[in-house]
Amino acid sequence: MARRHTPFGAAPRTPRWRDPRTRALVFQVVLLGAVALGIGWIVNNTLSNLARQGIASGLGFWGEDAGFGIIMSLIEYSEAASYGRAFLVGLLNTLLVSALGILLATLLGLVIGIARLSPNWLLRRLAAAYIETFRNIPLLLAIFFWYFAVLRSLPHPRHSIDLFGLAYLSNRGVYLPQPVLGGGPGWLIAGLILGVLAVLALHRWTRRRRNAGRPLPVYPLWLGIAFILPPAVLLAAGGLSWSLPALRGFNFQGGMGLIPEFVALLLALSIYTAAFVAEIVRAGIESVARGQQEAASALGLNRRQSLRLVVLPQAMRVIVPPLTNQYLNLTKNSSLAAAIAYPDLVSVFAGTVLNQTGQAVEVISITMAVYLTISLLIALAMNLYNRRTEWGVRR
Amino acid sequence: MNAAWRWSRENLFSSPLNTALTVLSVALLGYMVPPLLDWALFSADFRGNTREACEGEGACWVFVRVHLPQFIYGFYPEELRWRVNLAFLLLPLWAAPLFWRRMSRKGWWLASLLLLYPLCAWTLFRGGVAGLAPVPTSDWGGLFLTLVIAGVGMAAALPLGVLLALGRRSRMPITRAICTVFIEFWRGVPLITVLFMASVMLPLFLPQGVNLDKLLRALIGVALFAGAYMAEVIRGGLQGVDRGQYEAAEALGLGYWRQMGLIILPQALRLVIPGIVNSFIALFKDTTLVLIIGLFDLLGIVQAAATDPRWLGSATEGYVFAGLLFWVFCYGMSLYSRRLERRPGAGR
Repeated sequence: MARRHTPFGAAPRTPRWRDPRTRALVFQVVLLGAVALGIGWIVNNTLSNLARQGIASGLGFWGEDAGFGIIMSLIEYSEAASYGRAFLVGLLNTLLVSALGILLATLLGLVIGIARLSPNWLLRRLAAAYIETFRNIPLLLAIFFWYFAVLRSLPHPRHSIDLFGLAYLSNRGVYLPQPVLGGGPGWLIAGLILGVLAVLALHRWTRRRRNAGRPLPVYPLWLGIAFILPPAVLLAAGGLSWSLPALRGFNFQGGMGLIPEFVALLLALSIYTAAFVAEIVRAGIESVARGQQEAASALGLNRRQSLRLVVLPQAMRVIVPPLTNQYLNLTKNSSLAAAIAYPDLVSVFAGTVLNQTGQAVEVISITMAVYLTISLLIALAMNLYNRRTEWGVRR
Repeated sequence: MNAAWRWSRENLFSSPLNTALTVLSVALLGYMVPPLLDWALFSADFRGNTREACEGEGACWVFVRVHLPQFIYGFYPEELRWRVNLAFLLLPLWAAPLFWRRMSRKGWWLASLLLLYPLCAWTLFRGGVAGLAPVPTSDWGGLFLTLVIAGVGMAAALPLGVLLALGRRSRMPITRAICTVFIEFWRGVPLITVLFMASVMLPLFLPQGVNLDKLLRALIGVALFAGAYMAEVIRGGLQGVDRGQYEAAEALGLGYWRQMGLIILPQALRLVIPGIVNSFIALFKDTTLVLIIGLFDLLGIVQAAATDPRWLGSATEGYVFAGLLFWVFCYGMSLYSRRLERRPGAGR
């Protein structure tokens, strides 16, 4: 398109400055220059500001003693631990609440999304009310509500709410029975690996049989795995006992104690995200053309078969990409933990560590890099799954 | 009677499972609704001026009533609040012609709304010129601040999003790369870290002596964040426009900006109006996060009032009230977007 043809004689040469290719080149050079200049300007300002204010730079702080306590940690941590260790504690807490939140939100969202499509009018309305209520209220407000208005105003441990002598609710947190294995965790892990291997083997075997035209009765096999393997492993692991929480002195001993910050954050995150998941599930199921279901029943498939073999595989294609976004959002939203001081990455690292070291640039950059990495990893995993489902349908 | 019976047979008791679900739902409602109504209305206290005025078992709405002006205006001086009211009155008047179907040159009007109105409003709020007494932004708060942050975020996100989306779909590799990295960066991090960055790192980025207002810093962070999200919504719209439209625009011999401005963008934006409204709703809810960097938006003010020792135990009422306000705004917006979706010829 560099040249235009005219009816008479040779095309006049386009002046170089009007040639789109030249223009594109010039534009890009200018843009790149502007971006580079902008970044250079910022870096220059930052360096001179840091030098003037006497703020140390670099990652030297990583190994220094943190000197502050953290109310919940999955790994060993004490005040004598390093800033690096504190970072790890925060990261693990973020991952824990995100993973559990994703699990709960998916289950709850699936149930409500299906209820939203139920032929039952009342149930449909209830599901709609749930969705419209929680979707339109800021998450931070929900977190505050659960934390300050509900969990913090529960009674003291002494007068805690007793759920059948198994669990207790108090303003110190939620106490649940904790499973205790007789033997070490090694057996459990071995059992888990065994279970996964068994499922994979079974999957291959049934597929080969099915392709050979001799389908196996799949459900009894699955039930066998589900109901025989876990008890067998538990028995091998030395039996299972439960440690029950009991009030001793001023607080509970034994059992599994969940701090109110964790419970509030988990509740708010999963209830909020479930509303979005429900809408995604509904949109996905509705997106499958009606004819597909009619065709499935015309083929003689029953309701469950048509749902499993025809409707859901197609719905999944519509569901997975926005669901990925919701998982990402939930993970990013877990950073609101900072507002109620649940010790997540932002609260511990971008909060306490930043205040103590004053190294804003390093700390904020690392925090952002961690979230970017998590986002990219989740996106990658879901894209892989997405490609698989797409491929499965096309095949 | 017969019709009602038939309707409930079909919709509530069509099968054993359905009947069970209906009974369960009714039980759930019966378990939740009467105590809720009792708390919020029948046993609630409305009159009085102090916490002590509430003796009943129900909600203490006195807390909300006493703090209402604060919830709406923050610490904005009482005698100057007419300026806030005026600015918010101006907005619907300014925007009204856009909803008038026969109005021509809507684009220019929209541009004036997006560019001129914020300037006017900012002047009114901030004061300091034309004999208006200055009000520092640290005194702004409440619902008013929420609306300012959300409004500025939306107004800035739209043009920024358009530019970024065009950049991401550009044929120029460097432009495309820069825009993609920019969008993915802001979308990959939580807003709260963006706000931390704006409040802690932005002063370090600027040359010595330049001091940006705390609110302004937060606004920059919010705008960049919202712009990146908007870019992805608009990119969807650009992809949704029929290929033939691009080819036709090119065939007309229009330059790039005219192709986009006159033919592609109007169609693309109309395609994704629901998506745009949805990002506005998300942005509106996200403004609450500014309380983490010490700005008192609606939620921040409620939170501060609820921790006042004179009003201990009023947190629930405060949050319920704030939740209701947010709900009304967000639900209103989502109703509007749904109406647009259903309008005949929408997106065509």
